[in-house]
Amino acid sequence: MADIHLEYVVPEDDFTRAGEASADLKARLKKLGLSSEAIRKVSISLYEGEINLAIHAKGGRISVDVAPDNVHMCLRDDGPGIPDVALAMREGYSTAPDEVRSLGFGAGMGLPNMKKYADEFEIESTVGVGTTVCMRVFV
Amino acid sequence: MAKFYHSVMLEKDKCKGCINCIKRCPTEAIRVQDGKARIMAERCIDCGECIRVCPYHAKKAIYNPLSVMENYKYPIALVEPSMYGQFNNLEETDVVAAALKEIGFAAVYDIARAAELVSEATRLLLAEGKLKKPVISSACPAIARLIRVRFPGLIGNVLPLVPPMELAARLAKRQALAQGVSAADVGCILLTPCPAKATAQRMPIGYAHSEIDAAVAIKKIYPAMLGVMRAGTSSELAQAGRIGFGWGENGGEAAGLISTDAYLAADGMENIVRVLEDLEDAKYQDLEFVELSACAGGCVGGVLQVENPYIAKAKLKKLRRYMPVSLNHLQGAVPTAMMWEENLEYAPVMELGKTRQESFEKYEELERIMHELPELDCGSCGAPTCAAFAEDIVRGNAEMNDCTVLMRDRMEAVLKAIGHDKKKD
Repeated sequence: MADIHLEYVVPEDDFTRAGEASADLKARLKKLGLSSEAIRKVSISLYEGEINLAIHAKGGRISVDVAPDNVHMCLRDDGPGIPDVALAMREGYSTAPDEVRSLGFGAGMGLPNMKKYADEFEIESTVGVGTTVCMRVFV
Repeated sequence: MAKFYHSVMLEKDKCKGCINCIKRCPTEAIRVQDGKARIMAERCIDCGECIRVCPYHAKKAIYNPLSVMENYKYPIALVEPSMYGQFNNLEETDVVAAALKEIGFAAVYDIARAAELVSEATRLLLAEGKLKKPVISSACPAIARLIRVRFPGLIGNVLPLVPPMELAARLAKRQALAQGVSAADVGCILLTPCPAKATAQRMPIGYAHSEIDAAVAIKKIYPAMLGVMRAGTSSELAQAGRIGFGWGENGGEAAGLISTDAYLAADGMENIVRVLEDLEDAKYQDLEFVELSACAGGCVGGVLQVENPYIAKAKLKKLRRYMPVSLNHLQGAVPTAMMWEENLEYAPVMELGKTRQESFEKYEELERIMHELPELDCGSCGAPTCAAFAEDIVRGNAEMNDCTVLMRDRMEAVLKAIGHDKKKD
């Protein structure tokens, strides 16, 4: 039984389409009989990641591998990178521009929520090169 | 009892096999097979969307005929707040009660009275802080059923309180018995705005047995009432206030909480599905309460109502205008009898297989099939979308040849192979 592999692209110029990947993944996971708690963890953490790609990185790529016992998600972008990852991980720390804050985003909970809802969380970022976040949720 | 009872039914003779209903069903519960629609009992939530959209009136709701009241020596009419929005120039609720008694009901009980108790109980439970937030209203039975089949992550958020209509039946019976009526003679008849409530009378959610004995559609009793309604027959004031009668429309239940304004009220199937998707993803962290009505406008928009829901809302607003805030109150804590007896259980009808392994295997097959399908979502195969069709195939309920688009392509290929190419002709 092969793992299920999925790829998503978060477009560069359309903020309103962020969230489509997590919605699509959620619909697929519901067909696979995973627990609702696991599906919730996956969709929240991926959703936060998508929003980050759209706000900070001008889009990016998501790859997802669904195995019978875990869901692994990697989000990659060629954005500006994060100068101080530890600071960025702090709850409430935000560099989001005003226009997305007015939409209710940018509360500084994106990365902290991803870490909170994922069972494994890794982040690698290089200024001027981009950021990669990988998360795993056991199901 | 049968595993499923549904109020929503198909009248086969009237069905032309079009695709209006399959496209609108929120749980993808309808397929057209052999030219007729078929409702999958395990998926149907009795919301009535298919009744609303069927151009041939082939979908109908099953409910009791008005003559059901003859089965009881002491029939009690349970009146939904939304029903008061159906009549013109209504100044007092009592005019409706008088007409119902004229038709033959021994007593009339306003569900608005019970609604005020449910509002108060909800306030108390929210203040206790033991419920999982946001708390989702359980008053619309179609919503509870929708969550049960499509949103397992939200099952724990559904308000575990008996809905107003059920509480009203219990209170009305108690009142009748206190007046010396024999229990055997009493029958509570719900005047229902929708098939979802007619189903809840037979197969309730959260409690095993309903004290409502029958359900009659508002649109059926309406003509009989018009003939006997008289202005100025009012002798009693309404026994509920603005909060209770506010429940007739979407937003009324949430507004009746008073204690919080961190609530959301949404109506209409498409909108609430989007809200539930977002709630499942924890997108609104600070919400306390969520009121969802399957019908646009709330219960005034039920498919068994008569009046345009928005006009009904305007009429209700006028009726409520000089009412006191609330006339019904609990004595202290929330009575145990108002709480659900049983938890809502997830009905995994969307899963592909019985085990996770089987689901994974079927998913792979699903992907292969999806690759071949035209993704036009035309509905000609009888399934609402290509994705739903692919699922039907892996479940063994459909076959590739049911796709008319693929079939046409194959026919053309065959014709070309035997020299009947269109371009040549």
